Amino acid sequence: MVTVEGVFGDRIGSVIRGWMNKIDGINRKYAVPRITMSPGVKIALMLLRLYLVFLVLLLGYKFYTLMQ
Amino acid sequence: MDFGSTFFYKYRRFVKTLQIYLLLSGPGLIVMLADNDAGGITTYTVTGAKFGYGLIWFLLLLLPVAYVVQEMTVRLGAVTKRGHAEAIFDAFGSFWGWFSFLDLALVNWLTLITEFIGMTAALMIFHIPPLITVAVVSVIMMLMVLQGRYWTWEKIALLFAALNLIYIPAAFMVHPSVGEVLSVGLIPHFPGGFNGTLFFFLMANIGTTIAPWMIFFQQSAVVDKGMKEKDIPWGQMDTLIGSAFTVIVAIFLVVVTGTVLYGSEIESAAQAASIIIVSNPWLGTFIAIGLFDAGFLGAICISLASSWAFGEVFGWAHSLNLKIREAPWFYTCYFFALISAGAVVLIPNAPLVLITLFVQVVAVTLLPAALVFLILLLNNEEIMGKYRNTRLQNIAAITIVVVIIVLSTLYGITTLFPGLIT
Repeated sequence: MVTVEGVFGDRIGSVIRGWMNKIDGINRKYAVPRITMSPGVKIALMLLRLYLVFLVLLLGYKFYTLMQ
Repeated sequence: MDFGSTFFYKYRRFVKTLQIYLLLSGPGLIVMLADNDAGGITTYTVTGAKFGYGLIWFLLLLLPVAYVVQEMTVRLGAVTKRGHAEAIFDAFGSFWGWFSFLDLALVNWLTLITEFIGMTAALMIFHIPPLITVAVVSVIMMLMVLQGRYWTWEKIALLFAALNLIYIPAAFMVHPSVGEVLSVGLIPHFPGGFNGTLFFFLMANIGTTIAPWMIFFQQSAVVDKGMKEKDIPWGQMDTLIGSAFTVIVAIFLVVVTGTVLYGSEIESAAQAASIIIVSNPWLGTFIAIGLFDAGFLGAICISLASSWAFGEVFGWAHSLNLKIREAPWFYTCYFFALISAGAVVLIPNAPLVLITLFVQVVAVTLLPAALVFLILLLNNEEIMGKYRNTRLQNIAAITIVVVIIVLSTLYGITTLFPGLIT
């Protein structure tokens, strides 16, 4: 089994492992959103997702035109 | 009660009110004057040179825009005792939390570079090499936080914020025609007709009024200052006065460049200062000092906004009231952001123009999210209790947020595709 310690060595690997555990802890701590997911909140978050997808597509298109 | 007693009573009451205000003021004034950062000063300089006094009326509209958005951060911070980054993680979960946090870290770092660009360009006018500027600024900014008291940091920051008002005497130095300023500036109109160029400038001006770091900074500052629910009215007054100052400074700068550079093709505040300094050394010096101060003020707020956010998310001690040994990671983030951003400016042939443009695009990805989260949080009764938004506040906030999102998005798109609307 591949481990971070195996890839990066014990010293750097343990530092990376520490950070991974920290991030994992944050993800667990905030796994469940505290705000009540009312229809209004759901719609707002959905629109935000669509907006971000639109921006990503736009940036992708810009990158594509630059590469041409 | 006779006249003397009434006067004395009112005088004492006024002094008491002023004392409490001076004690509780700070975050609103600092964030609002820092809003006129290097990018903001450049925008206003170019606006004045391009349109004269013609867009002053539009700058006045930015006062309620800035106030309505930033006032919400005061209430949210005072009620939840949490910074904006932590509030997003807690309320919306880790996906939106990480998105906002990483986006903030990136956009803040890039904006910090633009502040250093502004500071080095301003001092280059006085033949001070960028290396000296970056080194001295970094040392001063480190000394500001090392004393281990939020209160002391805030008062030093307020001194630098006061220097932002240098554009007010500068405007008097150019002897503008007051009648013309009022007649041209205060009557809403579109100088030269509504066209792509004008629309770009309207977007740029509104885009510089609300930046993502401002929301995160003020909420964290309110928490670090220890403001409570009962202090909210003072925080609101602080924010209102700050909003007024930010607009006043912008208007006076537009008056300066609208008077002496109207019709010139100016691209930056540093360029304007170096042109003016030839014919009017004092005025040129004032503009250069103002630009340096704007970059400095922006830099101290932005680097702190990032450090607070890192501390909130990773659970590290994060307060200016703590010494370095008590909050090592908080100060490490602060120093790292400063030194790395300053170092980028010193790299020969670094793509600084590209970075400046990229900031506008990246900011567009974060600003709508930060604003939408702000409104959702302020409408949550469980979180805000009786301090949640009223119907009137919601109408104002939602209208302003929608306008900001649309205009800042168009601004970002125009930056990506310059020929789109011109």
